[in-house]
Amino acid sequence: MSTTTVAHHDDHAEHPTGIMRWLTTTNHKDIGTMYLTFSLIMFFVGGAMILGIRAELFQPGLQLVNPEFYNQLIGVHALIMIFAALMPAATGFANWMIPLQIGAPDMALPRLNNWGFWLLPPSAILLTLPFTLALFGIGDGALATGWTFYPPLSVQGGIGVDFAIFAVHLLGVSSVLGSINIIVTLFNMRAPGMTLMKMPLFAWGWLITAFLLVATIPVLAGAVTMLLTDRHFGTHFFDAAGGGDPVMFQHLFWFFGHPEVYILLLPVWGFIPQILETFSRKPMYGYKAQVYSFIAIGVLAMVVWAHHFFTSGMPVPALLYFMYSTMAISLPLAVMFFCWIKTMWKGSMSFETPMLFTVGWIILFGIGGLTGLVLADVAADAQYHNSYFVVAHFHYTLFAGGIMGIMAGVYYWLPKMTGHMYNEKLGKVHFWLTAISFNFTFIPQFFLGLAGMPRRIPDYALQFAEFNMISSIAAFVMGLSQLIFVYNIVTCVKGGKKATDQVWEGAKGLEWTLPSPPPYHSFTEQPTVK
Amino acid sequence: MRGFTKISLALSAMLASLSAQAEYAWNFPEPVTPMALDTLHVHNKFMLITMVIFFVVLAIMIYSIFAHRKSKNFKAVVDKAPSTTMEIFWTLVPFAILLLIDFVIMGIPAYHSVIMMEDTRNKATMVVKVTGSQWRWQYEYMDGDAKGIKFVSNLSTPKEQTDKGYEGKKDEQYLLEVDNHLVLPVGEKVRILMTATDVMHNWWVPQFGSSRLAVPGFLRETWVQVDKAGTYRGQCKELCGKGHGYMPVVVDAVPMEEYKAWVVAKKEEMAKASAGADKEWTKDELVAEGKGVYEKNCAVCHQITGAGLPPAFPALTGSKVATGPIFDADGKYLKDGHLDRVLNGIRVMPGWKALLNDTEIAAVITYERNALGNSVGDVLQPAQVKAARQ
Repeated sequence: MSTTTVAHHDDHAEHPTGIMRWLTTTNHKDIGTMYLTFSLIMFFVGGAMILGIRAELFQPGLQLVNPEFYNQLIGVHALIMIFAALMPAATGFANWMIPLQIGAPDMALPRLNNWGFWLLPPSAILLTLPFTLALFGIGDGALATGWTFYPPLSVQGGIGVDFAIFAVHLLGVSSVLGSINIIVTLFNMRAPGMTLMKMPLFAWGWLITAFLLVATIPVLAGAVTMLLTDRHFGTHFFDAAGGGDPVMFQHLFWFFGHPEVYILLLPVWGFIPQILETFSRKPMYGYKAQVYSFIAIGVLAMVVWAHHFFTSGMPVPALLYFMYSTMAISLPLAVMFFCWIKTMWKGSMSFETPMLFTVGWIILFGIGGLTGLVLADVAADAQYHNSYFVVAHFHYTLFAGGIMGIMAGVYYWLPKMTGHMYNEKLGKVHFWLTAISFNFTFIPQFFLGLAGMPRRIPDYALQFAEFNMISSIAAFVMGLSQLIFVYNIVTCVKGGKKATDQVWEGAKGLEWTLPSPPPYHSFTEQPTVK
Repeated sequence: MRGFTKISLALSAMLASLSAQAEYAWNFPEPVTPMALDTLHVHNKFMLITMVIFFVVLAIMIYSIFAHRKSKNFKAVVDKAPSTTMEIFWTLVPFAILLLIDFVIMGIPAYHSVIMMEDTRNKATMVVKVTGSQWRWQYEYMDGDAKGIKFVSNLSTPKEQTDKGYEGKKDEQYLLEVDNHLVLPVGEKVRILMTATDVMHNWWVPQFGSSRLAVPGFLRETWVQVDKAGTYRGQCKELCGKGHGYMPVVVDAVPMEEYKAWVVAKKEEMAKASAGADKEWTKDELVAEGKGVYEKNCAVCHQITGAGLPPAFPALTGSKVATGPIFDADGKYLKDGHLDRVLNGIRVMPGWKALLNDTEIAAVITYERNALGNSVGDVLQPAQVKAARQ
């Protein structure tokens, strides 16, 4: 296949220009770009919220915010980071890369794709609007229950809860639409010869994620709808006085909430081995083992939800079951860690920014995984639960394991997407600053949790002062170093050294056979895979 | 990258100097119950295991990172695609190692800990009921000599210290001190029943190693057996609204004789208080008494001045409820009147029926009507509250 003719054909691709191009686009790359841009913006919105919190926690006593506003910040920070930063970033990569990786011209359902994206900005507005409304004296601010919506606190709450419920509905619809699109694309549009077991690992990760989303988002939507009717229409799903049970909400929420963790991580687990094989210059080890691990984790993810609330009280057999099934997740994960390291072993490694992020990711995600294993223990969990230990643990899995993974992906694919190389030196500075400040932010939080500091408190006892101060300073360093990331992306989009088609010496796969940037319609002639 | 090495060295030097000056806690606080001791052992053991795994794997990775680099001209080993049998074998090795760790080395002790944690009844010699409310704990002794003892435990850190912008010195036990401590005898297994009146709370003392969610409308249980006399402090650890950070738990563990003496004294104090309900109070007495009750329980939302924090927490100054009639013509308290609101609460506002005694309710209502910028002039007697409860 001649790439030049494809590029030439692209010049005649007709599409509106200006704002209409983005509003009406059905092109997978345009939509992918919008997802990624949206994600980056929301990453900073959520980040600004948490920096407000870290500033408040810099020393004991209330200095900047009052407790009500503090509670709003923590919940909205989490919802934004999970639903509006991490998930759209993964979906953005899926839109950009899945057609390129499987040799398809576009996604299977392009109009659905457009709608899936354009549901996101309204839901982000719904989530944050109550902050603004409160300034004008309407309502008492945003969701103040934490991102988990636990009733009866959420039944008691103000209009912020209703806004958040509708935002979650929209975000859920968007995710399900995106997932359906990805499933249909992967099952129907693979290049001839690409069997399921030859599909790139990133596509596999997304396939499992998509199934998890389709299975669990409706449960979340149902749970928050029940909450809505409890709030306004006199039902008693979660009110003991009417025969309901507040703990039932926790079951429903975490039936979605636990798979959600893997929804965020599986796409990353998909492209991390691809980055490893590129920069180790040798094929990934244990492709099949990793695919089977994905499937195993996808299944286990659905059956371990109650470990998020061991202290809520449940029968002993249930405690034991959820403890052991949670521990079982470490088995496929151990296989995956082994495969990642075996891929590096005796490779010919070089450490460009994507590889730095990937290696840092393996180490930090390892800490997240191992502390998760400890948390599975029911008896010890009574101590860890809702303490800063848990906060540190899930930031190791979701910031290190999620966002730093996404950053690895951004540096890896940015030259392919834009046609220019980013500034390597700045990329490395960004990595080191992020990795070091991340550890200085969250390692102290492990110790805070062990010492007995509960999470979600706006003010704390004097014994916790030192660690909180270190954590706050490091958090600000981490926040500010993300500006380097934005600067690097913007300059790379605008110009820079021309990227070759293959970009990286060791890169393999269909996406690297196209020019950088790829033509508007990716593969107009279907490639074949042997 | 030398610059970064320097920065990280400087940071660790700074940390080292900090730790020389300040107290850093690196692990669970000293355990004082069998449960906490068990938890600490489990925690230490698991941490050790996971750290060994972590550092062994990290060492292998770091070796590979330094040895197998392109810049050292290391040529990637031409992978003769591993035979399927070998691949299965090698990927099953980490699987097997984790299987052993999860279900034998960690799994077996974890099983015994769970059984121990959930056994709340065997050998328990007394029962205490703990009720969480926004934002205070209520304790009730359910059996034995102490049966009937019941009191509320409020944060007692002075309000100005917790206010926004306070810059003066803070108490040593800032945010961890309450007016009424829960008192338990040393060495006795105490079964603790948990519930809540409004939203969920979680009663947690880190040195006890037990924590359980307090769910409104349900009873949950846990147990403590404090083996060492002392005062132990903890906090609510389930987000319960704006006062979540302000409802500490303080428990005094005392020897049996001291506990018995405390029970006797507490019972006398309670008898005196209920006797107070039957006498006729003057307005000034009630207002003076009510000021204390108001500032401890109500000012958190309605503010010291009575100005409230609208729209969530309405002002009491000039409010319709606080200046309107309490009773109807038949002498029954009016629905949505002042007494009804205080006894039963509404929406976010908790009912105080179970938390305050007759004198306290009468006093706080009289205070609200005759202070905070209101001057209705009437007096509500404790006897009237007592009658209204029936």
